[in-house]
Amino acid sequence: MDEVIRVEGLTKNFDDLQVLRGINCSVKASEVVCVIGPSGSGKSTFLRCLNGLEEASGGRVLVHGVSVHDKHTDIDALRSEIGMVFQRFNLFPHKTVLENITLAPSKVRGVPEEEARTRARDLLIKVGLLDKIDAYPNQLSGGQQQRVAIARALAMQPAIMLFDEPTSALDPEMVGEVLSVMQTLAEEGMTMLVVSHEMGFARRVAHRVLFMDEGLMVEEGTPEELFDHPREERTQRFLNSIL
Amino acid sequence: MEPTLWFGWFRADIIAEYGVMFWRGLEMTVLVTVVCIVQGTALGLAFGLARLADARHSPARQICRYLLRWPSTVYVSFFRGTPLFVQILLIHFAVLPVFINPADGLLISGETARSLKQNYGAFISGMIALTLNSGAYISEVFRAGIQSIDRGQIEAARSLGLSFTRTMYHIVLPQAFRRMLPPLGNNAIALLKDSSLISAIGLAELAYTARTVAGAYARYWEPYLTISFMYWILTLGLAWMIKKLEARYGRGDTR
Repeated sequence: MDEVIRVEGLTKNFDDLQVLRGINCSVKASEVVCVIGPSGSGKSTFLRCLNGLEEASGGRVLVHGVSVHDKHTDIDALRSEIGMVFQRFNLFPHKTVLENITLAPSKVRGVPEEEARTRARDLLIKVGLLDKIDAYPNQLSGGQQQRVAIARALAMQPAIMLFDEPTSALDPEMVGEVLSVMQTLAEEGMTMLVVSHEMGFARRVAHRVLFMDEGLMVEEGTPEELFDHPREERTQRFLNSIL
Repeated sequence: MEPTLWFGWFRADIIAEYGVMFWRGLEMTVLVTVVCIVQGTALGLAFGLARLADARHSPARQICRYLLRWPSTVYVSFFRGTPLFVQILLIHFAVLPVFINPADGLLISGETARSLKQNYGAFISGMIALTLNSGAYISEVFRAGIQSIDRGQIEAARSLGLSFTRTMYHIVLPQAFRRMLPPLGNNAIALLKDSSLISAIGLAELAYTARTVAGAYARYWEPYLTISFMYWILTLGLAWMIKKLEARYGRGDTR
């Protein structure tokens, strides 16, 4: 099978605190994997280790067979293959929507300006925000900002998209518009790893769900298996507490 | 010459008589200020970045700490912790002669050193002192400005594949610069006024001119009031320019 991400014995310590305690997992091409678990279980840290935003303390992460935490890896080249969407959007406030989207393609990839702009326009149509092309981020709602952030990540034509709680900072009425963009993306065959509290989305869209607790992958399975017939007691307890 | 009196007491003829000298003094004050703002900003940026330098892996980590962070912290601490007046005297009478000396200058010696010291000694020392001093203050402005940028901005840029340098150039510095403009403006104004201290080592700028005129006529209102107004107009001009810059770089600002 076409393996895009492989994680072997990944550990992460913040001083004395062990956040990740030996994670093993892999993600195949075009697979949509949701990571769920109580807050503080290490989900976000795990995701941030995948593109090297966090340094691993032990173990290794391979993306397309390239070791992320190896000193000799060209981390910038690798990161340009891995799109990331953040909980707090992190759009660049001093740049317009268009500039937010075209910056990385033109500076990192050297895409000609005109082509970068055309691509940005297509992506904005895709996320339904073409009319905001010249707006600044602070003129947009949270949901709109997050959709622009998704378009910005997609502009690099990444092989993988990482979503770090993409709807947690949104007002409830804006969650839907972001999730539907993500669902479209999944249906188009994008490889996605989503850390989320949106169980409905996980059930509908994910091929596989991973349950994390206290820095360990406790259980994994299809949404049906994990949500309807959880094997582990900790998974059951977590699901009971949120549903 | 018949004294020209304004408002019955202000000897305008004195100012007119020394008009050329006041003008030269003004030119010198502006020159020193502009040179020191440019150099001080460059120095401040360099030291501000040096104070933030850090690395993950072993040799670079130690280099950052002992060769960048530590020396720049000492530098900033010294130049902010001692009076500028003392720094000017120290550099002019103690430090500069070590480097530029007809007898045994480390940098320049012989006849070149003699004429350099004679003609430009005060300018060189004053400029160095003021640059080092303002560089220390400006480095703190840069450091604080850069640190005030949300980590998420850096993470977003890096996750798109932008290198550290590009992230600094395209994302962090433009946003930090906007926030740094007001304190940078304050620094520029302070620098303009502090340049008057260089008159103590004989640089013919505005304050020196006023002292000369005061000495010649034993009149104090006229020369000091005149240069006060000249400084005032200069600082007003600077403040206006900073406001323009703020408006220009303020795009995308939060409501």
